[in-house]
Amino acid sequence: MLTKRIIPCLDVRNRKVTKGVKFQNNIDLGDPIEMAVAYSEGGCDELVFYDITASAERRKIDIQMVRDVAKAVHIPFAVGGGIETLDDMRDVLLAGAEKVSVNSLAVRNPQIIAQGARRFGSQCIVLGMDPVAVNDKTKFPSGYEITTRGFRERTGLDALEWAKRAEDLGVGEIVVNSVDADGTRQGFELNLTAMISGSVRIPVVASGGAGTPQHLIDVFTTGRADAAIIASMIHTGHYTIRQIKDELIAAGIAIRKKW
Amino acid sequence: MITIVDYKAGNLTSVELAFASLGIKTFITDKPADVLKSEKIVFPGVGAAGAAMDNLRRLGLDEPIKKMVAEGVPFFGICIGMQVLFDFSEEDGGTKCLGLLKGSVKKFKPKDPMCKIPQMGWNTVVQKCRHPVFNGVKDKSEFYFVHSYYPSPADENLIIGTTDYADVVFASAAGKSNIIAVQFHPERSGRIGLKLLENFAVWNGVC
Repeated sequence: MLTKRIIPCLDVRNRKVTKGVKFQNNIDLGDPIEMAVAYSEGGCDELVFYDITASAERRKIDIQMVRDVAKAVHIPFAVGGGIETLDDMRDVLLAGAEKVSVNSLAVRNPQIIAQGARRFGSQCIVLGMDPVAVNDKTKFPSGYEITTRGFRERTGLDALEWAKRAEDLGVGEIVVNSVDADGTRQGFELNLTAMISGSVRIPVVASGGAGTPQHLIDVFTTGRADAAIIASMIHTGHYTIRQIKDELIAAGIAIRKKW
Repeated sequence: MITIVDYKAGNLTSVELAFASLGIKTFITDKPADVLKSEKIVFPGVGAAGAAMDNLRRLGLDEPIKKMVAEGVPFFGICIGMQVLFDFSEEDGGTKCLGLLKGSVKKFKPKDPMCKIPQMGWNTVVQKCRHPVFNGVKDKSEFYFVHSYYPSPADENLIIGTTDYADVVFASAAGKSNIIAVQFHPERSGRIGLKLLENFAVWNGVC
């Protein structure tokens, strides 16, 4: 049986893993390579790295870091942040990443998804989206609007319509990162995740809000997610991946048991 | 030395780095002459069968590969590199493949509309026989998969391992004599995946 994936997220700034709440008050947590190795040995199923200041600083992603990760861990990992062109995608993939994640870029230029999927294969192209709950149901039938640039900019795009459009354009996977839940450790946005996962045929990764193993159980059942991103709950040492997986297995969720 | 065949079907970095982490040297090439000198061949790849076969023919690699397989050189197909070993794939409107293993490659057609295609993630491989490349790998170990089509060997004896997805139990590992092929990605399957690559590096092609 295909198992649900647990994916630690490493936000990287100046080659240090960092974590904030709603993109603010970031503190440094450690070396990305050491943390990647520890999580991989600890039983995570995949990793994702975001170079969170590459865009703001208008610089390319840290390719040497991608290479170092690829040498150190032999599980799939995705890289996002600072991707502006097809050549940027190529550089990240050739450095050894399994997937490349686009977010703001895809909003500005949706065709980059189609071009990337054609050139590198759909399975390499991940769409990251940051939806926020809104009240205007006429303008946003799903009840969620896509934001970009670390939640600072509204796009006018409806979250569900954007997800379906990205699927049509050839994206291989969608990471749904709830602005409202991000960094709160109060649980995933189940309604949003279930709505998007139930409307597309590609895998959906839930992101934002993981605080306890029960939150993951909820997002894999009610939230219909295929994978879930975790950060604070393991970065702080509150839980190990083994502990999380044991609770999920006890709850009857299909989880990779041996590594 | 192990030759990794580069037929422009995706990224070879992860395969190269996985072998390197084991201290095993590999040589990446897209040249028929190099393939003909190989001691062992790794045949990886992602993407579509049609493009993969076009590239193999355009680079003149199809005949050298068949020749080396016939000579008994240990051969490891991975993902699309497994699929193109069969006679035929349903992908890209029907693609004639290398015909080194009897059978075809079919598209997942799940009854459940919620079933996600591609299969992306870790799934179990049930070992149908003991194969040297699976030495030290426990039955029902999990490996990383990414694919929308699955191999369907014509002969049960070709099946080495099976995996259950989208209403079908398919051959996730297959082979005969000096050919071993897997649908999953050993180079992305952590320690257990690396074990397969390590086993292949010392395998003499007899099973």
